[in-house]
Amino acid sequence: MIELEGLTKRFGTKTAVDHLSFRVRPGVVTGFLGPNGAGKSTTMRMMLDLDNPTSGTVRIDGKHYRDLAEPLKYIGALLDAKAMHGGRSAYNNLLCLAQSNRIPEARVGEVLDLVGLTPVAKKKSKGFSLGMGQRLGIASALLGDPEILMFDEPVNGLDPEGIHWIRNLMKALAAEGRTIFVSSHLMSEMALTADHLIVIGQGKLLADTSMADFIQQNSRSFVRLRSPQQERLRDVLHGNGFIVVEAGNGTLEVDGATTEKLGELAAENGVVLHELSAQRASLEEAFMQMTAGAVEYHAHGTDVHGAQAPGPRWGPPPGSDSDPHAPTSEGA
Amino acid sequence: MAAASAVLQSEWTKIRTVSSTVWTLASALLVTVAMSAALCALFKSTFDDLSEVEQATFDPTFASFSGMILGQLAMVVFGVLVVGTEYSSGMIRTSLAAVPQRATFLFSKIAVAGVLALVVGLATSFLSFFLGQALLGEHRTTLGADNVLRAVVGGGLYMGLIAIFSMGVATMLRSSMLSLGILVPFFFLISQILSAVPKAKEVAKYFPDQAGSKIMQVVPDAMGQEKAPYGPWGGLGIMLIWVAASLLGGYLVLKKRDA
Amino acid sequence: MIEAVGLTKRYGAKTAVYNLSFQVRPGVVTGFLGPNGSGKSTTMRMILGLDRPTAGHVTIGGHPFRQLPNAPRQVGALLDAKAVHGGRSARSHLLSLAQLAGIPAQRVDEVLGVVGLQDVAKRRSKGFSLGMGQRLGIAAALLGDPQVLLFDEPVNGLDPEGILWVRNLMKKLASEGRTVFVSSHLMSEMALTADHLIVIGRGQLLADMSVTDFISANSADFARVRTPQTEPAQREKLTAVLTEAGGQVLSEPDGALRVTGLPLPRISDLAHDADVRLWELSPHQASLEEAYMRLTQGAVDYRSTDDRLAHLQPAPHPGQPGYGMPPQQVVQDVPQQGWYAPPPPGQNPYAGAPQAPAPGPYAPPPAAPPAAAVPPSTTPQPSDTTKDAR
Repeated sequence: MIELEGLTKRFGTKTAVDHLSFRVRPGVVTGFLGPNGAGKSTTMRMMLDLDNPTSGTVRIDGKHYRDLAEPLKYIGALLDAKAMHGGRSAYNNLLCLAQSNRIPEARVGEVLDLVGLTPVAKKKSKGFSLGMGQRLGIASALLGDPEILMFDEPVNGLDPEGIHWIRNLMKALAAEGRTIFVSSHLMSEMALTADHLIVIGQGKLLADTSMADFIQQNSRSFVRLRSPQQERLRDVLHGNGFIVVEAGNGTLEVDGATTEKLGELAAENGVVLHELSAQRASLEEAFMQMTAGAVEYHAHGTDVHGAQAPGPRWGPPPGSDSDPHAPTSEGA
Repeated sequence: MAAASAVLQSEWTKIRTVSSTVWTLASALLVTVAMSAALCALFKSTFDDLSEVEQATFDPTFASFSGMILGQLAMVVFGVLVVGTEYSSGMIRTSLAAVPQRATFLFSKIAVAGVLALVVGLATSFLSFFLGQALLGEHRTTLGADNVLRAVVGGGLYMGLIAIFSMGVATMLRSSMLSLGILVPFFFLISQILSAVPKAKEVAKYFPDQAGSKIMQVVPDAMGQEKAPYGPWGGLGIMLIWVAASLLGGYLVLKKRDA
Repeated sequence: MIEAVGLTKRYGAKTAVYNLSFQVRPGVVTGFLGPNGSGKSTTMRMILGLDRPTAGHVTIGGHPFRQLPNAPRQVGALLDAKAVHGGRSARSHLLSLAQLAGIPAQRVDEVLGVVGLQDVAKRRSKGFSLGMGQRLGIAAALLGDPQVLLFDEPVNGLDPEGILWVRNLMKKLASEGRTVFVSSHLMSEMALTADHLIVIGRGQLLADMSVTDFISANSADFARVRTPQTEPAQREKLTAVLTEAGGQVLSEPDGALRVTGLPLPRISDLAHDADVRLWELSPHQASLEEAYMRLTQGAVDYRSTDDRLAHLQPAPHPGQPGYGMPPQQVVQDVPQQGWYAPPPPGQNPYAGAPQAPAPGPYAPPPAAPPAAAVPPSTTPQPSDTTKDAR
């Protein structure tokens, strides 16, 4: 469990994180979303006590990070794939971390095996590709077998197999009752991984809700019905006060109803259904809807000839800079 | 709190698993010994050409440490890299996440690297001394002579303290490049030049290298040097104040600033 | 139109690309997929004339890249976002490219506007984030208003808004009749962007077909069925009926059934006959990722490793489920993909093996060996020593 209370960070006159309060609960994968410059990285750094908050607190299992005796046994983090000494081998990079938290040396071999880096364990990590660096970072997060794990853009640089693997790893860790907190810019990826979402924009909390609720609240969702007895079905639906939209190809769309309710209704009235499915907008659509106005950079339309396209439907003009800490990586 | 013993062990692993440790420390030793030996051989062959004052105040012990002016730069590089690579590689975030108690982290690192630098420094000064004396022939001195042992041990302390001072500076500046860019010219050029300029040399006497190196002299004001307003131990004390200040500055920066 | 015929590239004993023949047609977005080390980057580099094929050839609009008259006006490519002189401003970087190709300076400001960098056009690109660098790279690709565009991992480092923008940009470019060739590791993103796919594994062509065909060829569509939660008996009854009728039924984590081998109306009829009420009956197509995984299985050797935790002290929180505890297995669960570790890097060029092909931006070459030990008699120069510091 991670608890944030009134967490605030100012850099000069710019407020990067503004009175942020939320909890990250165990047993589910919690996604952490926000446009660039929303303060995600700063928040994650404050969670690990790397940055000092201007005000507010972060508690890890009720304790301040600095009071954790051997923090790697409570919380493991992947913040930056390249946060290792390139002149040291993968094995030794992990070994010195393990020793500082009194984790047995044999565990180093285990996590290297787990992430598939055993064949290059003795190689200097500066020759690693981004994907291999990412795996090394994941290995370091798992080193202390912690109950809480934080991943910042974990799929960066991974190939499809790697992406698939890390997604299942995160889900399996959550299923074991651990607390998993993961930030990403890839909405389509996040939709497959996270159960719960925390969305911030311009340093403020925009949403703290389940994935399903988030999509439902931020976009249109409806139930699609197909039936060989279409006339009958429409009458039944009308009779029960539902607004029915004809969508062509013999399908009907009903807003504001659950599949459960419509299924029962069809059964009561003896209507055969050939489809009864809930249609939801994508997480991306919902996210765009919610964060409209909180985006710092954006392109002007997609006109390659450069004629100014009508203004984009989201966002004010680009701000100055995204993140004072990350001038070379947009993993904010 | 993280067990200091665990953190010390971790820092020892860090230091022994990078190649820069070996080559900076080996350079410090070899450069000092080789250059001292060469200069001792030179002193011997040209002793008769020295002026009378110089001959009268010839300090065979100090002469056998004359390579330290170059060798100390390798110690500076060692000290800077021990801390600086944490920042340049981004490892500092991983390290601080593992050991959030910043005093424990910093002072364990400096203790491990400092002890190592002192050991190498002592080995360097003893080797330089014996080789130098062997080459000086009839002008030699022995460990048993007055103050000689103090000077030889002091030479080792000096090398170690230079490295620790550099660690403190690198922690304050949080960059290897910047630290080397300041420390190397300072010790190699600025300190030497200022100590030859009237007025400025009054200040330069209190620089860490100028003050600290007095411990290595057996004959005070050897070779026609100016008189210092402090003795050998006073000089080392001045150097220790510099070292303490750089460590305190480094600690405060690490504690206050975002990693 | 890009056309490869018998394209082969060997690096010493290792064959990175072998006898690859395909066409990338105009008017659609063509995705280029493959595991790490499958030869994607090498292929892209050969298309752009950066690497010379060992055998075969590849042409753009009928000409090899190096013989194209005024190539920048015909082909635009984004290969590596950071392949920019960091000391130059975004605008002067583009301007220098434009001047080389005889493109009017006014076009530079146009493309800067297109990618949304007009406000930072005067800033040195050194301070750019990965996403801004990516936008600058895209601007450079668009500069000559080319008919053929190549993008290697274009959404790298972009935020959600940027990802959406790049996706729409590529679709728009294709709809204007251009040839758009995109490589990516993000299957979910590719499914939304590409119309056509070219998949390679171990340097050989595995598939060249439309996304829809690719998914149906490599995976099965299925129906998701839910029965009233309040009556578990109904669920079991339906499972029995469907299985008897020849369907395959798997259980999903939320209690729904995943049915393959039976069309939706048939499931509906069977449920009706068995007097089971349905709360959901929805058609599903397998994801591009599933299809891709199935296809490339032979081309990737992954190993499954479990976290044994053998050497850890008991977790600091007694009572919490152990890491090594086997997950509860119900026999008919939808198979959970194991924790297989991705391919052992030793078999991949990204491991930096000596015989590895010249790696693209995603597989940087193994870094130079560490600064050599300083000869004993020389003074370590700061310029030497700081090499290690990086």
